[in-house]
Amino acid sequence: MLPLTEETDEAPRASADGVRSAAVSDTANGVRAAPVGTPLAVSALRSARSPARRSLAWTPARLGVYGFLLTAALFFLLPLYVMLVTSLKPMEEIHLGTLFALPLHATFEPWRQAWQSACTGLECNGIRAGFWNSVAIVVPSTVLSILVGAVNGYALSFWRPRGAGLLFGILMLGAFIPAQVMIYPLVRALAFIHLFSSLPGIVLIHTVFGMPVMTLLFRNYYASLPMELFKAARIDGGGFWRIFVELMLPMSTPVIVVAAIMQITGIWNDFLLGLVFADADHLPMTVQLNNIINTTTGERLYNVNMAATILTSMVPLTLYFISGRWFVRGIASGAVKG
Amino acid sequence: MTTPAIARPRRLQLVAYFALLPMAATALFAYLGTIFWSARISFSGSRTFPSYDFVGLAQYVRLFDNERWLLSLQNVFVYGALFIVATLVIGFLLAVFIDQKVMAEGMLRTVFLYPYAMSFVATGLIWQWILNPELGIQNVLHKLGFAGARFDWIVDQDMVIYTLVIATVWQASGLVMALLLSGLRGIDEEIWKAARIDGIPRWRVYVSIVLPMLGPSLSTAFVLLFVMVVKAYDAVVAMTQGGPGTASEVPAKFIMDYLFNRANVGLASAASMVLLATVLAIAAPLYFVRSRAARSGRES
Repeated sequence: MLPLTEETDEAPRASADGVRSAAVSDTANGVRAAPVGTPLAVSALRSARSPARRSLAWTPARLGVYGFLLTAALFFLLPLYVMLVTSLKPMEEIHLGTLFALPLHATFEPWRQAWQSACTGLECNGIRAGFWNSVAIVVPSTVLSILVGAVNGYALSFWRPRGAGLLFGILMLGAFIPAQVMIYPLVRALAFIHLFSSLPGIVLIHTVFGMPVMTLLFRNYYASLPMELFKAARIDGGGFWRIFVELMLPMSTPVIVVAAIMQITGIWNDFLLGLVFADADHLPMTVQLNNIINTTTGERLYNVNMAATILTSMVPLTLYFISGRWFVRGIASGAVKG
Repeated sequence: MTTPAIARPRRLQLVAYFALLPMAATALFAYLGTIFWSARISFSGSRTFPSYDFVGLAQYVRLFDNERWLLSLQNVFVYGALFIVATLVIGFLLAVFIDQKVMAEGMLRTVFLYPYAMSFVATGLIWQWILNPELGIQNVLHKLGFAGARFDWIVDQDMVIYTLVIATVWQASGLVMALLLSGLRGIDEEIWKAARIDGIPRWRVYVSIVLPMLGPSLSTAFVLLFVMVVKAYDAVVAMTQGGPGTASEVPAKFIMDYLFNRANVGLASAASMVLLATVLAIAAPLYFVRSRAARSGRES
C-alpha cells in the first residue's frame, strides 16, 4: 500500500470541460492527491466522451485489438469459471478430470457443506463462523480507521499544529514497512495491555495498519477545500470539533465512500494480521478458508473447497461489481494490500 | 478576501494536538518503535523470548549461513523479477488496447480488474486447484490427446516458483492496467494529432512518446508491485505452503516461521531488518525524488 498516487481516469478530461476538478496537488509532502471527485465530474465526462467516439472501420488492426482483448478477457475469466463449475459438481464428476466442463448434474450441496459443515481443523461447522467473524472485525475496523483518518486529515490540513508534518512523514514511510518487521513487537505490546488475541486487539491493529492510507486520503481531500471556508467558520466561533462534525464531515461523503470501499475490501481480504492477532474465536474468513483447504486430512473435497473460496470472495467481489469506478479511485489513491 | 492570519488561541491548538494523539502514537510506537525494537533484537541472542544481550552481527552471520534463507532470497528474486516484468508488460498492453476506443470498455476493465478485488488466499487456492496435477489442466491436456504433456509445475521443485508468478500476475495485472489507463487518459490529445500529421505509426508513438510520459504512473505501479513482492506471504501459504519441501519458500514466510513456529526471534528479527532495508533502498529514493519534484514544481 502506497501513498504515491496518480490522477484517476476521469479527472483530466472532466477538468478540460471546465468542470471543477477535484484533482488536488498536495500541500506539504509532494504526494499527489487522488481526486475523490464529484459525481458532477463523472457525468460531465460521459457526455464529453461520447460525441468524440467515432465509429471505426473493421480494419485488420481493429480485429487484432479485439482479438487480443477477448483472449485476455477469457484468460482472466477462466479461473472464475472453473471455480464456479467445480463448486457445482458432485465429487464423482470431479474425479472424471473434466476441469472445464459444465456440471452434468449441478448441485448446491457443496455450497451447503462449505457454509455449514466443512471442517476447519477439529471443528466441522463450515465457514459461516468465519464469515461472521470477518463481519465483526471489518465493521468496527472500517469505522474506526475512517474516523481516525478523517480527524488526522482535518487537523493536518487546517490546523497544522507544529511537528505534525514530521509525524505525517513518518506515518507515510510506515506504509512501506513490511508487516513482518512490526508483527512481533506489536504482539508483545498488545499482550502487555491484554489485548493480544482478542477482537479489540485485531480492530486496533487494522486501524494502525490502515492509518497511512486513510490519513493521506482525507488530508488530500481536505486540502482541496478552500481555506476561506475554514477561516469563515473560525470567525463564526467554531471550535476544532464543531467545525469537523458540522462542516467537514457532511462535505466528506465522496471520500468516505472511497475510504470505506478500500478498508472493507482490504480488511476482509487480510490474512496475515488475522492469523496472528485474532483469537481462535475470531479468526477471519480468509484464515478459516485456508484451514479448510490446506489443513484437513482425508479425501479432499474440491467442490466444497471451491464453494468456500467463492463464499469468501463474495463480499469484496460484490462490493467491487457494485462500486465500479469508486473502487478504481481507491486504487489510484493508494492501493491497500497487506 | 484578505483575512489576516487568524491568531490561534493556545487552548485550541491543544485540541488539535490532542486529536492527533492516535496518529502520533501510531507513528512513534507502532512504526518507529517497532523498527527500533526489531533492530535491537536482531543484535541480541534472543531465542524463544526476546533478550537484551548484545552479540553483534552474529544473527546476521547465521542468517546468511542458513540454506533456507538463501533459498528464499533466491526465490524472491526470481519470482519478483518475473512477476514485476510480466505484470507491467501485461498491464501496459491491456491499458493500451483498451485505450483504442473499443466497445464495451467498461465491461473489459471490470473483467481485468476483478481478480484484484479478491484476496491473495483465494487467488492461491483457485490456482492450486487449476494446476492440480491429477485433476487440473495437466489432466485436461492428457484427455485432449497430448498424452506426454506435463504441467505439474506446482509439485515440481524446480518449477513451483513459476506457478506463483502465474497466479499473482493474474491477480495484479488489472491494477497496473487501471493505473496506466488513468495515465494514458491524462495525455494530451494534441500529441496524437501531431503524430498523425507527421505520419508516425501508432506503435512508435506509444513506445517513444507515450511510454516516457507515463513515467509517474509506471513508477507508482512499480513501487506497488515491489512492495507486494517483498510482502508475498498469503498467496504462497495458500497455494504451496512453501513447498514442495522448501522449494517455494519466501522471506516473509521464513520470518513468520522463525517467529512463531521455530521460536527464533533473534534470527527472524535479523531477517526482517534485511527485508526492511531492501524496501527502503528501493522505495525511499523514489518517494523523495517525487516529493522533491512536486515541491519544486509548485514553488517555481
